[in-house]
Parts: sequence; structure tokens; C-alpha cells
Amino acid sequence: MKTVVAEHLVKSYRNGEVKALNDLSLDVEEGTVLGVLGPNGSGKTTTVRILATLLKPDSGSANVAGIDVSKHPEKVREVIGLSGQYAAVDETLTGWDNLVMFSRLYHLGRQQSINRAKELLERFDLTEAARRPIKTYSGGMRRRLDLAASLIVKPKVLFLDEPTTGLDPRGRQDMWGVIQELVTGGVTVLLTTQYLEEADQLADEIAVIDRGTVIARGTSDALKKQVGGERLEITVESADVEKTKAIVAQVSGNPTHVDARTVSAPVSTGSQALIQALRALDEAAIHPLDIALKRPSLDDVFLALTGHIAEETVIEPVKAKRGRK
Amino acid sequence: MKDAISDALVITKRQLLQLARIPEVLIFSTIQPVMFVLLFRFVFGGSIDTGQPGGYVQLLMPGIFVQTVAFTLASTASGLAEDMKKGLIDRFRSLPISRGAVVIGRTFGDALLNILVLVVMALAGFAVGWRPTSGVLKISLAFIFLFAFGYALSWIGIYVGLVVKEARTVQAAGFLVTFPLTFLSNAFAPTTGMPRALQYVAEWNPVSSMVAACRQLFGMKNEFGATANSWPSQHPLETSLLYMVLLMAIFIPLSIRKYKNTSN
Repeated sequence: MKTVVAEHLVKSYRNGEVKALNDLSLDVEEGTVLGVLGPNGSGKTTTVRILATLLKPDSGSANVAGIDVSKHPEKVREVIGLSGQYAAVDETLTGWDNLVMFSRLYHLGRQQSINRAKELLERFDLTEAARRPIKTYSGGMRRRLDLAASLIVKPKVLFLDEPTTGLDPRGRQDMWGVIQELVTGGVTVLLTTQYLEEADQLADEIAVIDRGTVIARGTSDALKKQVGGERLEITVESADVEKTKAIVAQVSGNPTHVDARTVSAPVSTGSQALIQALRALDEAAIHPLDIALKRPSLDDVFLALTGHIAEETVIEPVKAKRGRK
Repeated sequence: MKDAISDALVITKRQLLQLARIPEVLIFSTIQPVMFVLLFRFVFGGSIDTGQPGGYVQLLMPGIFVQTVAFTLASTASGLAEDMKKGLIDRFRSLPISRGAVVIGRTFGDALLNILVLVVMALAGFAVGWRPTSGVLKISLAFIFLFAFGYALSWIGIYVGLVVKEARTVQAAGFLVTFPLTFLSNAFAPTTGMPRALQYVAEWNPVSSMVAACRQLFGMKNEFGATANSWPSQHPLETSLLYMVLLMAIFIPLSIRKYKNTSN
């Protein structure tokens, strides 16, 4: 059963000048995690905001747990949890205050709210910090508290909008652990991220979005096969770039990308490709300044899927139609 | 409906907790009006002849009461704008709570703060010679008027906070509105000294009718207005009531609708 379904969502800002969503459709199977992968401005947050009833689409429809988000937003709110990109808790209050407040707003009784706050603080390893104002928390603690606040009544669907953006590697690891634990508990999750690695770690399926629409979807493995898994990257003297390009193209069997003196291409044979490339370079008497096998990044996914690198602001102004409805 | 009220009260409680966590806010929001009382009383009090027993402070206190409740409009607005910016309003909007609860809760919190500020100011006024002469009933009615006026204005604050979205802009814009509103009135000086055109503006200013109503309820003649002989200056109580009802009738539905559709 599909727990989240979005069909042909369109959303423009500034009277149609900026198109955030352009016929976006996606769905999430019950009890699974969908990772929505895309660069800044590709429409990830807009999608989440529409599904979480914060924003109305210009056209298209969406269902969450079988409920139409436009027709019955109040019913949708009873079954979802939302944890935003910017920790949306009251920073002047303590972690304890926040969780009790949100419990009360979910209409738990006074004692129930206290118990729930206690449980959640313990579960997210925040008991010691419970009585401190949120503004004294580290980035990771803040995100954990934010997540805790979205789990007060066990939601059927959890929306996580870039849960680890801005966290240090340690905080990211912790957060991943927490989310994985949740997923084992059976909740349906839609998670947005800019990191392929994150989607790879957490999601059963990945939808890649660009300019407000889904450009590819599939399991992490399928996607990686498409991207070529790893990436061979060789930096050489300017004079050798052309020759190196030919070598890389031959070894990888994929289109190459040249950035100044660095030549790169997706490879599927791992270290084998590295050895072949080194041999070929040696035969051609080229001395590489740097050579590496890199795990694929969002840029690589985009390069493979769209032929262009993920751009920060991919929203393009559409020509405004003034004076017409 | 029962849920709506209890949701709103949770939001009110949040505001009180905030005050408990940052007591400076509470201290400064009570010191400021007391400072105004002292400044006006001792700077202008000696040189303005009111022709009434008890001197300038009798006319001043109603003016300062009204000014203070009017100033809270700006803090209502900036508090809400801050919540919007931090994403807290988005969080609230994703919860299964009634539509008006968040903004209603905030107006309740600001109303409670207003009560405290009014009490502190009344004590400060008393200490510097303010003596209302009308009797308990009318004095209480004056405070109910002040409280209600503050409540009505806080809904303007809610609307401004939802529309402007940037706390610092709100703070600055708030002063741009509240300063002329409170000084272009009979609150601190007679309207008779103003150019004729301004006299009309001042007399139709809700602040003037409120001040005149309070002066009347505290038991003194409103010597600072009524030169243009406008209807509001003749009927301050009725005019004040009318303004309050009007403000709430306009800004409550407007604000709740704006909250519902916000960030679209």
C-alpha cells in the first residue's frame, strides 16, 4: 500500500515567476523510507511543505495515509510528524519545556505529557540536558530534540527535511543511527537530503529531483549502477590533459568530465580501473599529480542523469505572463 | 472549542515560561513605563499648569497608561515575527491544533503582561502623587478599559507580525506607528496648542478618546482636549468602546485567516 502519494504537483512563487515544483509525482510504500535527493532549490522543501499541509499546491494532488492533504489538512496533521531543516523548537525554553508543550498540543493529559517527555529525552540521550535552554545545545542535540518533538504521538508518516544538513560528521552518524532505529519501528519516512551517502544509508528507494521534478528513481543500487558507483579522478599537468582524457574514457567506458587539470569519469570496476589507469599512464609516460577513486557524490548522480552538475540555485525564472490569467 | 482554548493556554504558558527563563524581558518591560512616569512627572510636571487640583500628574497618568498598553503592540508583533522566522510557526501549523490557538494564546500572554505592567505603573503613579478621586467602581472600570484596549491593539500586533515576518523591521515599524499615535493625542499636552488640522486628527485618535475616557473615570475634567468640539471628545467612553469593538472585529478574523494561509 502506498502511504504517501503525490501526483503532478505544481507550485510557483512570486506570481508564477519562479517555478518551485513542475509536475512532481512520487509515492512511498508503507513502512519504507523514500530518500528525496536533490541540490538546494530543486524543490525538496516545497514538496515536504505541501505534504505536511503547510503549503497548498497550485495544482496536482497529494494523499498522506489515504487522506487528501488539500481537503482534510486537519486530519493529515493527526498522523504526521515533521522535523524541519531548521530546528523548529523554542530556543529560549529547555528541552523539557518544549517536549511537554508539544505533548500538550497533541492533546496528551498533563501526567501523560510529563511521562512522554521523560521517555523521549531518555531515548534520544538528552536526559542530562533536559533542564537547559535549547540555545545551549549542540547542533546534533538540537536536531535530536526536534526529531523527538515530531514523535510525540507515534506518527504514521514522518517527514524529515534535511535532517543532517549543517551537522559535523559525528553528529551526522548519531542522527543516522537514530533514524535507522525509527525505521525498524515500522514508520513510513520521506526524507530529503543533498547527500547521496545519506540516502544510500537510510533510504529503501531514492527519488532524484531537479528543477521541481523527479528525474530518476530506484533503489540505491540501481541508481549507483546508473551512475557507475565509484569515480576515477586523475589530476595531471595541463599538457597531458588530452591524453589522460583518452585513457580515462577507455578505462571507464563512460563520458569523461574535465575540470581544469582534473579528468574524471564514473567507473564500475573499482580498484581494477585504478590499476588499469595507472598502467596506461605509465606507458604514456604521464606522471599524475594526484589519482583517486572517489565514492559518488550528488554531483556525479546529476552528471550521469542530466549531463550537468547539481547547481545551487536551479530555480529559473519562467517568463511571467502579465495581464493574463 | 474546548480544545481551542486549552491549546491557546498551552501557548500562553509557553510565553510565561519564556519570561521565567529570560527575566530581563519582564524587568525591562516594567521599568520602561515607570521611567516614563518619573520623567514626565518631574520634567514637565513643574511647568505645565493644568488648572486642576492635584497638578499635572493627575492628567499625565491616564496618558501614560494608554501609551504603555499601546506600546505592547510592537512586542506582540516582533515576538510573533521571531517565531515565524525561526520556523516555530511552521511546526505549530503542522500540529493537529485549532487554527486560532497559536495567535489567541499569544494575545492572552500579552494581556497578562499588560495587567502586571498596569499594576506596577499604578503603584509608581501613586508614589509620585497620583490620586484618582472617583471611587472604586469607576477606577476599576478605567482599568478594565485599559486592559481591553491593550487586548484589542494586540490583534493589530498579531497581524503586523504575520505580515512583516522580520522581527527587527517589526520593532522599528512598531515605533513608527506607536509614537505618532500616542503623541499626536491629548495624552501629554493639550490639543489646543496644535495646528487646527492636527487638532481634528488628535481628537479622532483612539488614544485620545481612551485617555479622555480614563480621565473621566478617574474623576477629573478632560482639560486637554475638546477644543475642536468633535463627537469623540464629547463622548470619550462611547468612542473608546466603539474603537475597541471595531479593531477586534477587523483584526481578529484577518489575523486568523492570515495565520491559516501564511507562508504561501
